Amino acid sequence: MTRKQKKLIAGITVCSLMTGIYPAANAMHIMEGYLPVTFCIAWGVLCLPFAAAGFLKIKKTLAENPRAVTLLAMSGAFIFVISSLKIPSVTGSCSHMTGTGFGAILFGPCTVSVLGIIVLVFQAVLLAHGGLTTLGANTFSMAVAGPFVTYGIYKLCQKCRANRKAAVFLAASLGDLFTYCVTSVQLALAYPSESGGIAASAVKFLGVFAPTQIPLAIVEGLLTTAIVICLEAFAKSELKLIGYKGEA
Amino acid sequence: METKNKKIVLALIIAAILIAVIPLFALKGAEFGSSDDAGSVMVEKIHGEYEPWFSPVLETLLDGELPGEVESLIFCVQTGIGVGILAFCLGRMYERKKLCKEDEAL
Repeated sequence: MTRKQKKLIAGITVCSLMTGIYPAANAMHIMEGYLPVTFCIAWGVLCLPFAAAGFLKIKKTLAENPRAVTLLAMSGAFIFVISSLKIPSVTGSCSHMTGTGFGAILFGPCTVSVLGIIVLVFQAVLLAHGGLTTLGANTFSMAVAGPFVTYGIYKLCQKCRANRKAAVFLAASLGDLFTYCVTSVQLALAYPSESGGIAASAVKFLGVFAPTQIPLAIVEGLLTTAIVICLEAFAKSELKLIGYKGEA
Repeated sequence: METKNKKIVLALIIAAILIAVIPLFALKGAEFGSSDDAGSVMVEKIHGEYEPWFSPVLETLLDGELPGEVESLIFCVQTGIGVGILAFCLGRMYERKKLCKEDEAL
């Protein structure tokens, strides 16, 4: 490796770190202080194993292929861009997307958990979106549940030998949508409705979040597919390094 | 990049922009507030009056909410950095591929 390459990699690493340090406003999260203490702790504990697995996975990936850092930085940057765009939706309110699908398809769900947590922390601190107390719950919905669904659907489509572009689109959109379903259920668990219990409450929260999110989930799917096509054209060697199967 | 893929990417981006812009014209006069707020309104509907038991650290430090303009600044900085990294990496890969082709041609 020449010195120039080393410098480049160092630069990209700094960039990827900055991705984490800057406030990325992801999705619509549970508001600060809106979840009882027991729930905050429970969701937080539930996320720990995923975060730990993700951390180890990133370490392993980078040790094996230092060049993969480019794609890792791009996954982070993608979350960054996508989640900062508040988009008006058909219901007359704005929401933003998660952007986690791209990373999940490239690196697997655990890696995205780490990117998501860093992003959520700074967003909670600097932009007052989401919150520190609800960090566990938000991490679970955005950086664990969503990416896992994305990853699962993508792998399933690969097994069925479905069109790859369609698979990416489907996986990213459904992952985004699922994030909001999980958020609704989390709120419902904490605030069961008096008449109908948790289920009735979940339906009510879904009623608020889902219609807003469906068009946005489609947008996320479209953009994720676009960037994946670009990468396939220009970054074949890097994709091969991290085990992304171009022809499936 | 193949011409076919170029067209697909272009179509995807146009579709994404359309989905984002159409509601703005279709629902004239709508407020387009954040659905976070809709969420907290719903909590109050189900639960009755609700007082959040913890307020964001920054709001505590500032003794109030982050000013709207500053918030949009932070959002823009976020987008800018993200786009910068993506564009830098993609541009690098694009040039690299072009150079490889030239080498082969020689």
